[in-house]
Amino acid sequence: MTVQPVSMIADHQKSISLKGAEKHFGPPGGGVQALTPTTLDIVGGDMTVLLGPSGCGKTTMLRMIAGLEPPTAGTIEVGGANLWANGARDVNALKQLGMVFQEANLFPWLTIEENIALPLKLRGVNKAQRQRKSRELCELVGISGFEKRYPKELSGGMRQRAAIARALSYDPMILLMDEPFGALDAITRDTMNAELQRIWMETRKTVVLVTHSITEAVFLASRIILLSPRPGRVQEIIDVPFERPRDSSIHGLPEFQSIVAHLRTQLEH
Amino acid sequence: MSVKDNSVTMEGPTLFPPWIGSVLILIVFLGSWDGYVRLFDVSMLVLPPPSAVVVQWLKFLVDGNVWYHTGVTTLETGLGFLFASILGVGLGMLLGKMPRLERMLNPFVIATQVVPKVALVPLFIVWFGFGITSKVVIATILAFFPILLNTVLGVKSVERGHSEVMASINASPMQRLTQLDFPSSLPYILTGMEVGVVLSIIGAVVGEYLGGSVGLGNLAVREMNTYNTTALFAVIVHLSVLGFLFYAFVVGVRKYLIPWHGSSN
Repeated sequence: MTVQPVSMIADHQKSISLKGAEKHFGPPGGGVQALTPTTLDIVGGDMTVLLGPSGCGKTTMLRMIAGLEPPTAGTIEVGGANLWANGARDVNALKQLGMVFQEANLFPWLTIEENIALPLKLRGVNKAQRQRKSRELCELVGISGFEKRYPKELSGGMRQRAAIARALSYDPMILLMDEPFGALDAITRDTMNAELQRIWMETRKTVVLVTHSITEAVFLASRIILLSPRPGRVQEIIDVPFERPRDSSIHGLPEFQSIVAHLRTQLEH
Repeated sequence: MSVKDNSVTMEGPTLFPPWIGSVLILIVFLGSWDGYVRLFDVSMLVLPPPSAVVVQWLKFLVDGNVWYHTGVTTLETGLGFLFASILGVGLGMLLGKMPRLERMLNPFVIATQVVPKVALVPLFIVWFGFGITSKVVIATILAFFPILLNTVLGVKSVERGHSEVMASINASPMQRLTQLDFPSSLPYILTGMEVGVVLSIIGAVVGEYLGGSVGLGNLAVREMNTYNTTALFAVIVHLSVLGFLFYAFVVGVRKYLIPWHGSSN
C-alpha cells in the first residue's frame, strides 16, 4: 500500500502543515492529551481522510486546522501562512478554510439561498452577486429549485448539501468536514459520498474529512491518516490507489477489501 | 365497505372547529350569569346582568367621552411597552453576551423581581407627578423584567453549532450579534413581550387608579365612587378589549417576524 496517489502534483497554496501541533485539555500534568505533538503535511488539492475511533484526536485535529481550537503547542500552516500566530487566528489563512459540521447548522430564519450566501453577506458582497453565487452553488451541490425554501422544509441530506454549499460560497481552497454524513441514513450517506467525490473533482479543493467509517474512508480518500486513541496520535498513513471517479463497484475489488481488512486490524490494536 | 381516514390525529374525527367550543363556553357563562342575577334578584349595585353591561358599554362607545380616556391609557401603555422593549432587549442582549456581568447583576435582578412593584406606584406618583409620566414609568418597569429575562435566556440559548458556524466564517462580534444572536433570540424576546404588554396595561391602569384625573383606570374609580356598578363593569369590558388588542398586536408581530419558528403556528 505504498502506491502514490495520482493527484500528488498539487498546489502548495492549498496544502496544510502541522508542525509539532498538539492539544491538551485541562491543567498541565493532569487533564487529557487529545493529540500528541504531530507533524504531517496534508497534500493540497487532494482528498484526505482522518480515520479513527472516538477519542483519537481526529476531530480535535480538524478543529485546530479550522481555527476553532488553538493548539496547545506547535504550529499549523495553511497555504504557508501560520494559522495561529500569537494565539490569534490569521484572517488570510482563515479565508482559505471552509468548514462543514456533522449537523448542517443552517439558520432556520434564513432561506437556503440566504444561508448559503451568509459568509458573503458578512464580507459585504452585494445582494445580486450573493444570489448569483447561491444559484451556482445550489446547482453544484444538487439542490437547485430549493433556493427560496427554509431549512425545515428540506431533508437531512439536502440540508447537508446546503451546508457544503455555504462552506464553498467564499471559494476557500480547503474544505474541512467533521463527520459530515454521520447523522444521515446509510443510503443517503452512500449518495452523499459519491456526490462529494463529484464536487471535489469539479472544484479540486483540498478536502480533509473526519470519519469513523472505514469503508467511507477508503471510498473517498486519496490518503488516509489513521489515528489511535489514549493518547491521540497518528498511527499510520495509507495511500489509496483507486482511479477516479470511483463508484460503488470498487467495494467489491480485492484491493479495496484488503485495505479495509488492514485498517480494521490496525483499529483493533 | 370503505374505511375513510380523514384524520391523523389521536383525537379522532372532529365535528366542529375549536372556536365554536369557545363561543359555546362564553354563551353558557353569560347565560348562567344572567340567570343567576334574575333568579336571585341580585341588586344592580352588586352584579348587573350582562345585557345591562353590554348596553352601558355601547352607550360609552357612542358617547365619545370614553375615547379620550382610551387614548390616554393606550398612550401610557404603548409608550411604557416601547421603552420596556428597547431597554429590556438592549440590556438583555448585553447581559446575555457577558455572562460575568450577568452573574454580578443577578442578585439585584432577582431582588427587584421579588419586590411587589405595584407597591412602588405611590412612590412614582410622588416622584413623577399626577400626569402621564408616572404611568409611563410604571408601565415601563412592569414590562421591563419579563422582556429582559427572556432576552437573556434567548441569547444564552443560541445553538452551539450556529455559533461555531459564525466562528468558522470569521464573523465579527457585531455580526454575530446582528446575524445570529438577535434573530435566534427573537422567539424568546417575543414571549417576553407577550407577558410584558399585559403587564404594561396593568401598570398604566393601576397608576391611573391612584393618581391623576384621566385614563380608563381613573374612569373605573370614578364609576366605583358613584356606585355605578354597571358602568364599572362596562369600563372593565372596555379595558379587556384594549388588553386583547395589545396582546393580539404582539402575537401578530410574532407571526410576521418569525414565521420559521414553531411557536408561530
